[in-house]
Amino acid sequence: MSARIAALLVCSALAACKVDARNDYLGDKSPKQFGLGRAASAADIAARNIDVSPNGDGLPAGSGTPEQGATVYAGACASCHGANGEGKPPAYPQLVGGPRGNFNFASDFKIQRTIGNYWPYATTLYDYIRRAMPLTAPGTLTPDQTYAVTAYLLSREGLVPAGTSLDAKSLAAIVMPARDHFVPDDRRGSTGGKNVR
Amino acid sequence: MDDSSNPITRRTLIAGAAVAGAGVLLSNLPSDAQQKAAPQPGAASAPPPVAPDDPTKAPGAPTTAVGERSPFVHPQRSPVGEITGTSFTPHQDLSGTITPADLHFTRIHAGVPTIDPAKHTLLIHGLVDRPIEFSVADLKRFPAVTRTHFVECSGNGRSAYRTPKPDMTPQQVDGMMSNSEWTGVPLDTLLREAGVQSGAKWFLAEGGDACLLARSIPIAKGHDDALVVWGQNGEPLRPEQGFPIRLLLPGYEGNMNVKWLRRIKLGAEPFMTRWETSKYTDPLPDGKARIFSFEMDAKSLITSPAYPEKLSGPGWWPIRGVAWSGRGRITRVDVSSDGGKTWLAADLLTPLSAKAVVRFERMWRWDGNETMLMSRAVDDQGYVQPTMAQLKPVRGPGTDYHFNSIRAWRIARDGTVTFEANT
Repeated sequence: MSARIAALLVCSALAACKVDARNDYLGDKSPKQFGLGRAASAADIAARNIDVSPNGDGLPAGSGTPEQGATVYAGACASCHGANGEGKPPAYPQLVGGPRGNFNFASDFKIQRTIGNYWPYATTLYDYIRRAMPLTAPGTLTPDQTYAVTAYLLSREGLVPAGTSLDAKSLAAIVMPARDHFVPDDRRGSTGGKNVR
Repeated sequence: MDDSSNPITRRTLIAGAAVAGAGVLLSNLPSDAQQKAAPQPGAASAPPPVAPDDPTKAPGAPTTAVGERSPFVHPQRSPVGEITGTSFTPHQDLSGTITPADLHFTRIHAGVPTIDPAKHTLLIHGLVDRPIEFSVADLKRFPAVTRTHFVECSGNGRSAYRTPKPDMTPQQVDGMMSNSEWTGVPLDTLLREAGVQSGAKWFLAEGGDACLLARSIPIAKGHDDALVVWGQNGEPLRPEQGFPIRLLLPGYEGNMNVKWLRRIKLGAEPFMTRWETSKYTDPLPDGKARIFSFEMDAKSLITSPAYPEKLSGPGWWPIRGVAWSGRGRITRVDVSSDGGKTWLAADLLTPLSAKAVVRFERMWRWDGNETMLMSRAVDDQGYVQPTMAQLKPVRGPGTDYHFNSIRAWRIARDGTVTFEANT
């Protein structure tokens, strides 16, 4: 038996020896960080950082009134959502004018859920319009136009008086009628069947 | 049963349904008519395929670059042909548990974007120590995992709950659930790379489609089993499933599994996007609405016998179907062949992995009398799929999302099979 084979046998007996030797090349499988990707600059982040939070974080400078918004709405929104936000069901949802006063949507799916009777946060309007509307040309409204059309829809629901100039501060201050109707999910732990929640 | 052996062919019946459902337009909530449409384009008008009398007496076709289905089968989704809409998986045409990628259901809100994977990046920022931008190539350098999970739209079963009809197929009842083998990197790995700050309790996941779809997700899910995936069933994601990358949140409602993922922002509070306030919240009879109802409850669906099949006569028939739970593993599926009076455990034919579809089967000897077939899923949390009589009073007839009541199929004396929602 040569010395080399003897060494190999010793190594085999101590299984970790061989594995460790190989791991010198494979490296640590679970380091704290792999260091992949590149550091994102402030400009990289700003280019995508468009979300708006209920406390107003993320709302840009600018302002608009319901009256200005009526013009924006007529040009960019009415073709789908109707001249008065009534929608064109079932194709395009009704935006405003849903019944108010009791939150009884679970009794009948035909009860229209609209901004004034269902949306818990006014800031979501700005966020969504900026993300997604108008459907065929998203991202084309200016901040002023977005504030204006948001003000218009809220005024149609009686939540903003005529002539109000809506901006970051005043939009975040609006308390929506439906805000306190939302409750956390309590299904977890239910055993289903007759105990279903 | 396949088309060639069935006296009433599925193709003929479904082509009829397609005509009835024509003229459907765009809607945020898939309408009845949308869910009804199950067109088989070309199938009705194309000449039937011709096979030689004896295929062993002449050579067959040469090799091809990309395979095609047999000309004798025509599984089809049910597209509405709009940029906000759905297409449903044809459960009645599938076997096993994996949904072929081209038959995976779709729910899109602003069309399917065309994205160059070389230009696509994922930005992680907010309450992190190191904001990072990953290319798709960067993501593929991390240690990967491959796992099987279902994705189900929480609106799945809406028509069956609200406006059930006897002539609904398994596709129309529950076609917004599909099951795939996904490959990607655990989100936790990426979060470690960015360094999560202690104040981060939620993250916003945002897609790169034309509505920049965005959802808030508890950070705990990001550390648990969330994945950023690029592979589906052995190939790159299909564009309508999020190419080049999507978020995969096992067991959570489909909408949160953000496709075309381009940004993750960590924050202290949920972001309250339109898709988690105005939509994907569940009105309840007590004048409240559930928000952040993420997990998909256990559910099962018999896919055969089911409309529009017709049993050719009494004798032994397999009752086959699929079951799944967003909270864990399916541990049992019971079937009833007497309308729920007695239940027997079905055979579970596939491995029981968490938050993934299992296939069940139970042989049934039909005596030729009228009856009703039902299935009931049980998961490892002890959750039992409820009947409609149990679910509807708790949720209300007008509730939205999370429709997981027991589904039934009525068998008539002549062998026709029709859908029954009231269980």
